[in-house]
Amino acid sequence: MDRRAEVPGGKDGSPPARLLVSSPRRSLLRGGLAGLGAALLAGCDRLSNSAWFPEQVLSLGERLSSAVHQTLAAKAMAQEFTEADLSPVFRSNGTANPESSEYQKLVAGEFSDWALQVSGLVEQPMSFNLAALRALPARTQITRHDCVEGWSAIGKWTGVPLAQIIEQVKPTANARFVVFHCADPMESDGTHPYYESIDLAEASHPQTLLAYELNGKPLPVANGAPLRLRVERQLGYKQAKYLMRIELVESFASIGGGRGGYWEDEGYQWYAGI
Amino acid sequence: MSDTATAPNTASAGRLYYRHTLPVRVMHWTNVLSLTLLLMSGLQIFNAHPRLYWGKSSYTGNPPVLEIGSRQGSGGQPVGFTRIFGHEFDTTGVLGLSSGSNGSLQRVAFPSAVTVPGPYWLSMARNWHFFFAWVFVLNGLAYLFYGLWSGHLRRDLWPTRPDLAGIGRSILDHIRFRHPQGEAARRYNVLQKLAYLAVIFVLLPLIILAGWAMSPWLDGVWPGWVDLLGGRQSARTVHFVIACLLTAFVAVHVFEVIVSGLWNHLRSMITGYYRVNEGGHDGSAR
Repeated sequence: MDRRAEVPGGKDGSPPARLLVSSPRRSLLRGGLAGLGAALLAGCDRLSNSAWFPEQVLSLGERLSSAVHQTLAAKAMAQEFTEADLSPVFRSNGTANPESSEYQKLVAGEFSDWALQVSGLVEQPMSFNLAALRALPARTQITRHDCVEGWSAIGKWTGVPLAQIIEQVKPTANARFVVFHCADPMESDGTHPYYESIDLAEASHPQTLLAYELNGKPLPVANGAPLRLRVERQLGYKQAKYLMRIELVESFASIGGGRGGYWEDEGYQWYAGI
Repeated sequence: MSDTATAPNTASAGRLYYRHTLPVRVMHWTNVLSLTLLLMSGLQIFNAHPRLYWGKSSYTGNPPVLEIGSRQGSGGQPVGFTRIFGHEFDTTGVLGLSSGSNGSLQRVAFPSAVTVPGPYWLSMARNWHFFFAWVFVLNGLAYLFYGLWSGHLRRDLWPTRPDLAGIGRSILDHIRFRHPQGEAARRYNVLQKLAYLAVIFVLLPLIILAGWAMSPWLDGVWPGWVDLLGGRQSARTVHFVIACLLTAFVAVHVFEVIVSGLWNHLRSMITGYYRVNEGGHDGSAR
């Protein structure tokens, strides 16, 4: 997924259609339409760049969709597929190999020094290494991964239902969101680690996994080793890779850019069910 | 297109009659706005991954059915291409490679002159698309309820037996650009009725369904329903193809409006009043 283009344009007012009284009606019409089209485009770009329009008007779409989806199918299961549907190669997107020295050390040690920290608004902060996660009851599911760009790939995931982990750490009454902190820095200077968040209901969905296997093999580095999130009813950017720490919070306003995830901070929708 | 109440005659020949009711006019222009923005933001969304597939996923071992991109030409110059079922077409300047607003060449599937937003900006295009998808769906529902309640659908759009019997003649008339005159111009002709019905009851529901099929959340509402469309990637292809068909419909619609009296049609869709000439000229107000 590319960063969204830096948006310079849109400020150039479209040239006013020159409507000469003497010109024939047809060219007047054509000029009028072209001018109207250019004005429409320039106007749309101006609205896109305004502070209020995306926030107060366009976001209504996301809010409506989310509300209807929650009403229609809060507990629905994502479609599951068969081995015959598996994509020959499961595409790696975004970070394929986190550059941080900490992560590279973990890779060199085959993740023997890695452990997932679970903390925040919990009565019992815990940490789980790979052996501990593999010792918990596992679930395997063949699901479709849908990227926000438009492509889909089908893979077989094995992991621990997140609900089990949440249950063990005992969230406090005010915990509302689960935040996933990742090892991959998103800026070339090594800052802005990837992060994501979902609400507690989504975290308790039976298909929401902390996956350590893809297609029957340990999760490759390109796909998020040693552990990644699977939230099967939402888009690819929700499926955080290279998990390091899980934090339960009441609000994600003070984390990162405050919108609940790396791509959300870049303007993508927090609710990625559409 | 309903009441036969005639408006006071104006100076020129013919007489105005009340053709489009206020709700139909409002819903028509709401449709124009939302479909235009849906198309343009949809093209921007398509640009994020300008390939269409048939199947449940994109990576099935089969190549895309449609791909728009750019590559180095034989002379080293960049070339824009469109590949459909393996047949490649050079679309330099329009698809795959085109000039942006500042005149520089851009490697982009659909040119920024036809996308909303203009520059590559997927998240904002999604904001536009999903907002106007709601406008469009709610407007469509309102139209259906109104059309059924007021009798507009049955009275004005449903073809009669004589309509259907005259279909051959209507096709010939369209080819010759001969448009109904006088009293006959007060009703939609049979091809018009069938085109409107096909759009309202086939293309629009199908494009909405295919849009829903791309939502991973809605896919779970009824397990496996997306496979009825051939899978999510097929649904994406169906969504795109119908968008092309709707664009073609609009092109023909606007063409017919222009050749059968642009100002008369425009006035009737703005004020409601359409001029019918008793004599035999076409209805354009000149």
